Amino acid sequence: MSIWEYANPKKFIATTTPVIPWAFGGAMLCLLVGLVWGFFLTPQADRFGSTVKIIYVHVPSAMMAINAWAMMLVASLIWLIRRHHVSALAAKAAAPVGMTMTLIALFTGAVWGQPMWGTWWAWDPRLTSFLILFLFYLGYIALWEAIPDPDQAADLTSVLCLVGSVFAILSRYAVLFWNQGLHQGATLSLDAKENISDVYWFPLLVCLAGFILLFVALVLMRTGTEIRVRRLRALERQAQRALA
Amino acid sequence: MKALLLRDLRLAIRAGGGFGLSLAFFLIVVVLVPFGVGPESDILSRIGPGILWVAALLATLLSLDRQFALDHEDGALPLIATSPLPLEAVALAKALAHWLTTGLPLTLAAAPLGVLLNLDPAAYPWIVLTLGLGTPALSVIGTFGAALTVGIRRGGLLLSLLVLPLYVPTLIFGAEAARRGAQGLEVATPLLMLAGITAGSLALLPFAAGGVLRINLR
Amino acid sequence: MTLRVQGLAVARGGVPVLTDLGFTVDPGHALVLRGPNGAGKTTLLRVLAGLAPPLAGRIDLPPESAAYASHADGIKATLSVTENLRFWAALYGRPWADQVLDDFDLRTLKDRPAGTLSAGQSRRLGLARLGVIGRQVLLLDEPTVSLDAASVARFAAWLRERHLGRGGIAVIATHVPLGLDAPELDLAWFRADPAAVSHGTDAAFL
Repeated sequence: MSIWEYANPKKFIATTTPVIPWAFGGAMLCLLVGLVWGFFLTPQADRFGSTVKIIYVHVPSAMMAINAWAMMLVASLIWLIRRHHVSALAAKAAAPVGMTMTLIALFTGAVWGQPMWGTWWAWDPRLTSFLILFLFYLGYIALWEAIPDPDQAADLTSVLCLVGSVFAILSRYAVLFWNQGLHQGATLSLDAKENISDVYWFPLLVCLAGFILLFVALVLMRTGTEIRVRRLRALERQAQRALA
Repeated sequence: MKALLLRDLRLAIRAGGGFGLSLAFFLIVVVLVPFGVGPESDILSRIGPGILWVAALLATLLSLDRQFALDHEDGALPLIATSPLPLEAVALAKALAHWLTTGLPLTLAAAPLGVLLNLDPAAYPWIVLTLGLGTPALSVIGTFGAALTVGIRRGGLLLSLLVLPLYVPTLIFGAEAARRGAQGLEVATPLLMLAGITAGSLALLPFAAGGVLRINLR
Repeated sequence: MTLRVQGLAVARGGVPVLTDLGFTVDPGHALVLRGPNGAGKTTLLRVLAGLAPPLAGRIDLPPESAAYASHADGIKATLSVTENLRFWAALYGRPWADQVLDDFDLRTLKDRPAGTLSAGQSRRLGLARLGVIGRQVLLLDEPTVSLDAASVARFAAWLRERHLGRGGIAVIATHVPLGLDAPELDLAWFRADPAAVSHGTDAAFL
């Protein structure tokens, strides 16, 4: 059995419908445990005070913002190469979720930045990169909305996603070069010496799992909705043609 | 390809072709900025290179939606598509025509307009050099955006929304090189990156634009 | 060179309009397409020109041999008549020949900006494009719209002598008799069952 069988819309819906409640439930459980653990059961950090606890939302949402775009890139490539409709629709479904994650990351970053750096916004490379990523999401979604023919829209947005990914990476380097920044380095890299201590690390992992599950659940649900919309349209057209 | 390039140049220069528009827009933006930030000459000379870059970028954006839309409306695009010229070459010719009618005049106009911004004499060659190196990338990226939105009615605004994020790296390296050059700092890195973006865009984006045109013509 | 079409099915806006269409046109011959509005004449011509993909079937035609002409003929208002024609000749890699100005009665208009031409005159300019690009297979969609009787006769004469007489092929959708000795094909015979799901996109979701 090949994995591509799940690219059949019916099979996809049949397979994912029972998965969605579990993914949602898992997400809720992880977020509840992770956030309560992180917010109330971890010690105050000496340097950051209680403000550090926003990382339990900030870091996972920022990671998902980037991962959502990466998932869209893969889905776009699958559509362009193998022409599976489900893949194109999954990319479409993931975009608003990714955009929301980007907004959450930007917002929590601003809320955290105010007490830490004394400013809501700084043209720091990471912040700027996320703002640019947000613009890319905006353009991608707007292009989907602007084209009435779904296959054409899928083709064009896929090419935009590809080209956009290259320019997004370029922008990342450009922004790094442009301003060295205030933001601390990646705190989650496994080999980093100054990794945050385990006390904060475990609840963060739980939150991260929660966000991943939430993303999976939302994307599966939205892809299912997109498939049903297309199916409804196809049925309507069939009925119209039968009448004609 | 020469035929298409010559035709587009001729169309741009003739009445209603909008040749002077982006140049006039460039001038107006540069004139408006001092009204906005105040007349102090040291502030203006400090932000001058950046203003010239942003204004040039906005001016190139202005004429992009005409790139394919006019040929799409009057039916020329399918006739061009069935000619022996591949659509990739069509996109390249269009980008070249766009650069010759906007990017090049903007580059040349940037130096005299620098006077209005009280630019440091050392900054002039860097402004002209970076704009000359960077505007071809803006034209070819914009042509890709125009190809993407050719079938969309009133696609001008969407085109700006799609193209502006793609302009970010070019703008950063271009303006950075101009600023560093003006201050006598090391410029090799941003200048090379700018040239790299232009070369890479010129080499690859016509293929993306050609493919996208083919999808839009279907 | 022969235009040969077998088992062709075409769709407009995702809805199949023609199915199982087959015909052959030999060099020096024309084929006139008949059918009421919406029968699929334009769609068929666009598919033959390679501007739209067929749903099924095959079209035997050497690459870069077909030219499509409809009412939208890409005339640029600010270019003169000659400039418009010279552009198409150059784009299609053909030498420029003055003869075409006489064939389409454009010599007295040759330096006028195309934007100042009347509807009939600019239609003649649009058709004159076919005379400069040197394609063997002409796919004409209502070529005589807004032409007067004299111009129709002139165009028919050009088609007969300069195109078909030199081994060219023409497929013409028209309601006006052009006086060509050409067989007619009634597209009503090949009407597709509109309820049939052959559209790839919809089929994937049913």
